[in-house]
Order: sequence, then structure tokens, then C-alpha cells
Amino acid sequence: MTIQDYPSRVDDPSARKFGTFSYLPPLTKEQVKSQVEYMIAKGWACAVEHVEPPRATDYYWYMWKLPMFGERNADVVLAEVDACKDAHPNDHIRLIGYDAKRQTQGLSLVVHRGTTH
Amino acid sequence: MSSKTYAAGVKDYAQSYWEPDYQPKATDLLACFKVVAQAGVPPIEAAAAVAAESSTGTWTTVWTDLLTDLDYYKGRAYRIEEVPGDPDAFYAFVAYPLDLFEEGSIVNVLTSLVGNVFGFKAIRSLRLEDVRFPLAFVLTCGGPPNGITVERDKMDKYGRPLLGCTIKPKLGLSAKNYGRAVYECLRGGLDFTKDDENINSQPFMRWRDRFDFVAAAVKLAEAETGERKGHYLNVTAPTVEDMFERAEHAKSLDMPIIMHDYLTAGFTANTSLANWCRRNGMLLHIHRAMHAVLDRNPYHGIHFRVLAKCLRLSGGDHLHSGTVVGKLEGDREATLGWIDLMRDSFIPENRSRGIFFDQDFGHMPGILPVASGGIHVWHIPALVAIFGDDSVLQFGGGTLGHPWGNAAGATANRVALEACVRARNEGLDVEQSARAILTEAAAHSPELAIAMETWKEVKFEYDIVDKLASA
Repeated sequence: MTIQDYPSRVDDPSARKFGTFSYLPPLTKEQVKSQVEYMIAKGWACAVEHVEPPRATDYYWYMWKLPMFGERNADVVLAEVDACKDAHPNDHIRLIGYDAKRQTQGLSLVVHRGTTH
Repeated sequence: MSSKTYAAGVKDYAQSYWEPDYQPKATDLLACFKVVAQAGVPPIEAAAAVAAESSTGTWTTVWTDLLTDLDYYKGRAYRIEEVPGDPDAFYAFVAYPLDLFEEGSIVNVLTSLVGNVFGFKAIRSLRLEDVRFPLAFVLTCGGPPNGITVERDKMDKYGRPLLGCTIKPKLGLSAKNYGRAVYECLRGGLDFTKDDENINSQPFMRWRDRFDFVAAAVKLAEAETGERKGHYLNVTAPTVEDMFERAEHAKSLDMPIIMHDYLTAGFTANTSLANWCRRNGMLLHIHRAMHAVLDRNPYHGIHFRVLAKCLRLSGGDHLHSGTVVGKLEGDREATLGWIDLMRDSFIPENRSRGIFFDQDFGHMPGILPVASGGIHVWHIPALVAIFGDDSVLQFGGGTLGHPWGNAAGATANRVALEACVRARNEGLDVEQSARAILTEAAAHSPELAIAMETWKEVKFEYDIVDKLASA
């Protein structure tokens, strides 16, 4: 194969990346569900966060409600992602698994890319 | 009341320093040595000699021995064991009272444990296999300036190993061309790039020029990708004054991480630098040049697990650990043993991984093990399985050698890594399914497809020189 140009540009919103899994094609609903099940199996608390795209690089995004402590049903978690998306259709949305034991996020993945103008 | 009398002359070491009934105290520092004695020296006498020469003893009795309580201060050989499958060598276990070591001083511990005793004539060869640092000593040390969880929070990276790359060629680039290579790697998807350990401040690229151009590269890549990036700026220098000047400049450029070579520069410099990093919120990457001189010979020197424990106590946030699968020496089980010693709070004795003692690090933060050296995309499934999320995987040639350049090479590694992590989380055995996972990921990533084609034949399959002893 001939040498290819690397297409990333600072003025192209699609060049922005969002941590883990952002170099893969967008995860399907089933694939997101697998990751939620992984977090639940690890004993982590799932949480949904969202933010306006210009503020995407900030440490803190808006919490969507509270982390779902004790929730063992992946469908309930995914329903909250959908509810957040309905309420904030232009925002980026990420799913977090809070690992209370190690005081860190065991996983964080963006599941919806907002609109960038 | 004094009950001992002074008798000049030479006593057998075993008379004073062999105590098979001794019960080690929780505050004792324990050491396990692999000993090969000279012909005719009984193992017990050799073990006692090691205990004596690494603690209070010397070759003859001196009258000033009687001015102190040597039974309190001496190191004691308390056990010897056969080395499985090796008729010449044996393990000697020695307990040292805590008072023998200055608080917070790895330097002082090593000066005793691996000092004169290693040249002692009655011993043919000697290797320090493991050390149990008592928690009472551990907590006098500063330890990692930040630790794994703080680094993840600062860099905003969760749920996967971090990705790095050492910039090559390791010598000879100008500062501006070097910054170009950094920029390309980081915009392609790596989290970190790294100065080669040989890069200090040579005539072809002075440190200040390198730091300035690299800082520009890091900031541009952050703006372009929206992700946090860093470059390990090597502050290893001929003097500590130079070292701190370089560290201060890295801080003034708002860079998140610097780098140090802890064995060639020495533990005093390293501990001071770790303290500076803790005060200044700077991450500290540690290279280990010279380690193989000390740790590769199975009969003489210091095992790497001891060097790793020493670094955790002296201070560092990353430490090179070997890769198991790449171009550099490293047995899988032994490597798993010392990466536990880097990361965990309590590591139980586990002879199958070469760990001779329980080791309690208390609340001391952990270090990220760094796998670097001859690894490429085909190794990523095995690396994810061996190292788990809390690690840095570094692909030098495996990024820069990509046919389309550094950015594409970086993307190839990032895609392969994320595909493996996703598959692992979905419950797959990533080593068994390696080819299927990578092939599926490459269908969406031409960068990965061409990387897989480029390195499909490269293997490093040589016998391991330093194997764990087993029957």
C-alpha cells in the first residue's frame, strides 16, 4: 500500500478523541451493554456524565443524576444514557465505572458524541 | 553488669552469627542471599559470614565490641535452604535489626547488604535474591511522588494501559526535529513519548532546546486530539544542581512528567528528585540503565525484585519492568512477581514467582510498570494479559518504524490496544483470540492493517539466562 496521509486536523471536530475506545468505530448498543456488564461484574458503580462539546477537555463534566450505586441491571444503566441523551441531544455523553475500593475510575468511555459546530 | 571478657583472636562466624532458633521480629529487615561458598567452607559458616560482614562483624575480635551489645545490633543468619536443582548454591536467610539502618535511606541499606560482603573471599559468589523491608522502615521512605491513581486522574486516562514511545534514533537528532517526532506520535494517539535514556544534554541537542520544542509538540497534540499528553523529559544530569535546574524548567513549561535514571545517577539523587516531584506535583518516570549488570547473573549481584522494591521506596511513578515478550530478558512468572511488588499494597510470599517474603508497603502508593523494548502490535494481546490496565506499554520501533510514519504507527498501537481491552472486558481470552481480535480491528484501521503486515515475522525467542530455580 502506498504511503497515506494522517488526516487529523485541529479545525476538524472529528479529530477530537475521548479516551478509552475512542480510536475504535463507535460501539454498538450491544457492545456498550457488554462494557456495562463488565463494570457491574467488577462491583463498580456506573455513572453517566455529559458536557457541551467546547468544554470536553475539562476534568469535570455535568453529572446526570447520581452514580447508580448498587444497580446490577445493565438495561437500567443504558436507559439512563438514553434519558440523558434525550435531555441533552447536543452534548457528549460518557459512562463511568467508579471503583470505590481503589478510589479511581475503573473505566470511562464516551458513548455518544455531541454536535460540534 | 558486664559478664563478657575480652579474648583477642579469630572466632568462627557461626559461633556468633548463626542462630537457627531465632524468630524474626516484625521490625527486622530480612534478606535472602543465594550463596556459593568456596570449597571446604560449610554452608552454616558461609551464611554466618554473610550475616556478619553485612552487619556488625569484622574478621577479628576487637575490644570495642564489648562497649556495645552486639547481640542486639548484629545481623543473624537464621535459616539455610537448598536451591532446587542446584547442588552448589544455597539460600541464606539473614535478619537485621531495624536500628542498623538510617530512616528513609535506601543508600544506607544497600551499603550494608551489598557492600564489602560481596567481595568476601570465603564466598565464591553471592546474590541478594529478596529483601523484606519491615513496614516500620517502609513508612520512613517517601515512596512514589504521585502513584497510579493520582497519575490516572491527572492524565484523565482510565480503564486501559497507557501507551508510550521512545523517540529514535536515540542519539543525533536536533531539538526541533526531535520535537517533530514527538508531535507525530502524540497526535496519532499515544499518551506519552519518552527521551531515550542516553539523551541528556549533548552537543547536538542541549537539554533546554529539547525541552522547549517538546513542550510545543505536547501542547499542539493536546489541542488537536483533546486528550492529555506528556513527554518524559530526562533530567538525568552530571550534577544534582543541573538535575534540579532541568526539573524546574520542565515545570515552568507546564509539563506533567520528567524522567530519571536511578541506578546510574544513584539513590541519593533519585530520592531528592522524587521529593522535589512530590512538592511540585510532577510525575516521575524512572529508567533502569545498568540494572542488567547487577541483576542478570543468576549467581552474583542483586535480583531485580530488590532493585524494584528499592526504587518504590526511593520514589518514582513509573519503572521499567521488562516485557516478557520483547527483545529483552525476562521470565513471565518472575516478571509477574516484581510487577506485583511495584503495584500492590501487600505481596505475599510466593516461591513460584521468586518472592521469598511477605512484603507490606502499607499506604505507600504503587508504581506503574513500563513494558518497553522490541514490542509491536502483535504483542499487544499478550501484554494486556500479562500487565493488565495498570501499566505503560511502550513501542519505540513499533511506532516510529510504521511505513506511514509516527502518527499512523501510534494509531495502529492505540487501535490494537483498545480492541484488546474491549474484547477482554467482553470476556474473551485475548491471548487465545489474539489473531481474530487484531484482524477484526484492522478491518476498520488501515494503520493497524499495515503495521500487522510489517511486523508479522518478528519474534525474539531466545532462552532466558536468569531462570527461577525449580526442582
